[in-house]
Amino acid sequence: MAGGTYKGSELGHVDHFIDGDGLDSEREIEIGQHIGYRYDVNLLPDYDRLTPFLTTYIETMGWDDLNWLEDVHMGYEEGRPAVFDRNINGWVSIPEDTELPDNQQDRDMLARELLIKFQMSRRHPLVELNKAYRKF
Amino acid sequence: MAGLSDQDNESYEMGMHTEQLAGRTQEIFFSPREGENFVHPDSFDVDFDKRAEFDAAGLEIAEINLKIRELMESGHGTIVVRNPGARHSIGVGILNRLNLIIDGSLGYFGVGLIDGPNVRISGRVGWSCAENMMAGTVVVEKNGGSTFGAALRGGDLVCRGAVGSRTGIDMKGGTIIVGGDTGAYSGFMMQRGRMVVCGNAGKNLGDSMYDGTIFVGGEIRSLGVDAVPGEMTDLDRAWLERKLAMYELLPSRGVGHFQKIVAGKQLWNYDNLEPTEKKIVL
Repeated sequence: MAGGTYKGSELGHVDHFIDGDGLDSEREIEIGQHIGYRYDVNLLPDYDRLTPFLTTYIETMGWDDLNWLEDVHMGYEEGRPAVFDRNINGWVSIPEDTELPDNQQDRDMLARELLIKFQMSRRHPLVELNKAYRKF
Repeated sequence: MAGLSDQDNESYEMGMHTEQLAGRTQEIFFSPREGENFVHPDSFDVDFDKRAEFDAAGLEIAEINLKIRELMESGHGTIVVRNPGARHSIGVGILNRLNLIIDGSLGYFGVGLIDGPNVRISGRVGWSCAENMMAGTVVVEKNGGSTFGAALRGGDLVCRGAVGSRTGIDMKGGTIIVGGDTGAYSGFMMQRGRMVVCGNAGKNLGDSMYDGTIFVGGEIRSLGVDAVPGEMTDLDRAWLERKLAMYELLPSRGVGHFQKIVAGKQLWNYDNLEPTEKKIVL
């Protein structure tokens, strides 16, 4: 399983986007700039790797699968593992003391779990924004 | 970048910016040892077993939506709306776990901007059903109009019948499932997410798609610009079977006949020098 696929080709190593410079395609090398995401956005979840936390979350919401979390993956921002929070339009760094699994599917499950904990926390930035701006 | 400095300078001189696009890194607020909380702090505490229903005939659209909100506030987790009368913008902006049952049809922009609820609509829906949906499930029992699931961000949007043109236009995530046929320009400018069409797809499927995946069980009239066939993997097949079975749309012959369409990524040429290139061409 290693690192999954990216731009139609197999990623050699799961740490490809931590260790590398992100310049893979001819176009990226030509312009000296990484294009697009630093993970395979189309990687479908392997439901055999669902964590107990995510199972409880799914049951709480009344869903039968990961639903919107199917689009959440562990990405890599500025050389650090991170997960993108669409509610704040920014990357949330994975804490440095978190041990990363050796494959992308388990990393994605970890990212989903951490993102839920972050979004549902009273310390999430949107809680303060909600108090300040909600209309009714 | 060293060899490109002349080009960089040229674009600066022409007044073009060279801003690198990046998200903002958040390094505060978060601890993985946060207590287990599965809903947003300000969401209503509802019980799926607590059920309420009301007759929407004679109510204004805003009154219907406020009524749904009041019922959630009082802890109702299952709400049935009778006689919606195909009016527009019903059930929009629900940011809560909820079972919402619409007994009838909806007009334009039904259940748009929702984040979490499970919605079942027994009739048809007009244009842009579940537009900008963030999470949850929406199941339409009959047919849908054009731009079904426009700009979808997340969740599952299902139509058991056929839908119009430009299905999933500009979708940025989530899953759209169509039990019947879909019209022209479906998946237009799709950026990510998944679309599953059990029937046929109209012309220019996936036109200018940037990323994402489209699965089609029937015939494709034509592919759009930069939409190309992709290779079906075991993970794709397992996901398709599980997802279609979830909504009782799995064909009796399985998913072996489905085609996979992905972005050719020939349009992936945006970079900080592109404005310069355009200027030169023009």
